Amino acid sequence: MCDTCGCNLTPGNRKFAYKPVEPGATTVSVLQNLLKKNDDQASHNRAHFDARGILAVNLMSSPGSGKTALLEATIRALKNEFGLAVIEGDLETENDAERIRAQGVPAHQIVTGTACHLDAHLVHDALHHMNLDGIDILFIENVGNLVCPASFDLGQHANVTLLSVTEGDDKPAKYPVMFRAADVVLITKTDLLPYLDDFDPARSEMHVRHLANSAPVMQLSARKDAGMETWFNWLRQQLAAQRARVNSGTTRRPAIQADGARLHTSNI
Amino acid sequence: MHELSIAQALVEQVARIAGEQHAEYATRIRIRVGPLSGVEAELLASAFPIAAAGSLAEHARLEILKAPIRVRCQTCGAESEAAANRLLCGACGDWHTQVISGDELILESVELEMKEVKESV
Repeated sequence: MCDTCGCNLTPGNRKFAYKPVEPGATTVSVLQNLLKKNDDQASHNRAHFDARGILAVNLMSSPGSGKTALLEATIRALKNEFGLAVIEGDLETENDAERIRAQGVPAHQIVTGTACHLDAHLVHDALHHMNLDGIDILFIENVGNLVCPASFDLGQHANVTLLSVTEGDDKPAKYPVMFRAADVVLITKTDLLPYLDDFDPARSEMHVRHLANSAPVMQLSARKDAGMETWFNWLRQQLAAQRARVNSGTTRRPAIQADGARLHTSNI
Repeated sequence: MHELSIAQALVEQVARIAGEQHAEYATRIRIRVGPLSGVEAELLASAFPIAAAGSLAEHARLEILKAPIRVRCQTCGAESEAAANRLLCGACGDWHTQVISGDELILESVELEMKEVKESV
């Protein structure tokens, strides 16, 4: 690394960068991620999940792409196999949490008011309202928004990004930050494909690859119960991988914490 | 508009550093923002005065360095510039690349005006 911009600072030599404390003007090298406070809270949340062997999954998409319908169908199919719980994020109403509770699993609603995304502190507060005994998978349904949620680590282990076929197959090219952060992309409402001749799932997948993202791209319809088994198997694999990580004392951050930022900051 | 949340986090961080250094106030703040961080530099610049009002950073000049997007190809090893939605290798065109610059959201440095230290005679 170079000696001009300060990116050669490490946790070991950082104290020297802080040294000049004299009257008058002084410049302090910092090189910390701007979201350090959120990221610290997210790591705390993740440690909490890991200690209990829970897999935390963050669902992101635009409003109305079927996140809650996906969760309802997933709960119906898997609630006897795993302990499931849901944190719902919306600007207003308890509607989504009520839909989840109607399926017989615990749900906590975060009402964000005007905030366009969940952050690690909101999720932490929600965790204090939840009994996580016997929970294997915790779903966090983020605020419907393809922009802001992509920048905030919540403490999850994996990001699921939904893209419904009514939206346009170039969404990954329009919202690269969001789709780059996806560990799996779900093309939803595929039962409507016969009516939408301009949506090509292969083109969506190509746009995801152009973001250098090798995440699986799955096609499903939660309402018509099509393609759901592939998604369930992905969840089973993720839970098995999470249990293996817990046993070996490691954890996994999703792609939200950018690789480049990690290369350039010293607070790792 | 999550840039206001980011600006608030920035001001908090600057205030903490100024406190640690026993500084009077911050005069210049330098941050580096890449297009893949999901933060719009112009929106952050307009959110900053709102977040900084009444803080040690109130009169600080915010300098935003825009980091270009660069990728390293995992197939051929070449490094090249790329567009946000086409992170392909500029040499061989493969999509198996790693972003090495362009997704940063980093507070690089803070310029502080220090308090006068009264020397004991």
